[in-house]
Amino acid sequence: MKLTSNLSGGRLTMALSGELDQHAAKELAVKMEERLEADLPRECVLDLGELRFMDSSGIALILRVCKRMRALGGRTRVENVQPQPMRVLDASGIGRIIEID
Amino acid sequence: MNELNTVTFDFPSRSVNEAFARGAVACFAAQLDMTLTELGDVKTAVSEAVTNCAVHAYPDSIGNIRMRLRILEGGVLEIQVKDKGRGIEDVERARQPLFTTGGEDRGGMGFTIMESFMDTVKVRSRVGSGTTVTMRKRVGRRPAGR
Repeated sequence: MKLTSNLSGGRLTMALSGELDQHAAKELAVKMEERLEADLPRECVLDLGELRFMDSSGIALILRVCKRMRALGGRTRVENVQPQPMRVLDASGIGRIIEID
Repeated sequence: MNELNTVTFDFPSRSVNEAFARGAVACFAAQLDMTLTELGDVKTAVSEAVTNCAVHAYPDSIGNIRMRLRILEGGVLEIQVKDKGRGIEDVERARQPLFTTGGEDRGGMGFTIMESFMDTVKVRSRVGSGTTVTMRKRVGRRPAGR
């Protein structure tokens, strides 16, 4: 599991690659929250283009980011979702509360 | 339903083994003519079941997980994940979307995902003695209309 991030004009893009399960999410949640606290972005984009696998641990993680962004008065967007993670996002109904491209 | 093949794995409830369980089910299921979507669904369901053992069955210790995979007649894949952990007090409640005892790290979506991605999900649990989740899915490319 790899995380790369890029801050540009108030938009923080965090790109996840690898497989996101509960094992990976534990460490990742800490890293992502550190980035949010350090950068205090207006918009957070989660780029899942290189994410090969995700289970419901990913849903919990996205919701956590979304909650923190709302507290900051910003928004969250998920993009480049591959087919397997998209099925998990669809099954969870999370598309009703966040923007998915 | 007649059993055509089976394998059983015992492994400790370390979270690193969630990936092992997904890999193992993918290798075994390669004997079936699955679509990529079906393979993804099965791996996701296994990941959820094994995560439940690591997080909920054995919250403060490492315990054993037994995963039995079977191929049944008619292209049915059966996955059983069994622990001897603390058990679930109210199975019906645990199966409700968004219900979790796991805090903000967990979304309470595990059983919902298993139920969406598999044809059947049976849960047997006794407080203090453990939980067994048995899931089945009919897989394989079939001609349209059959």
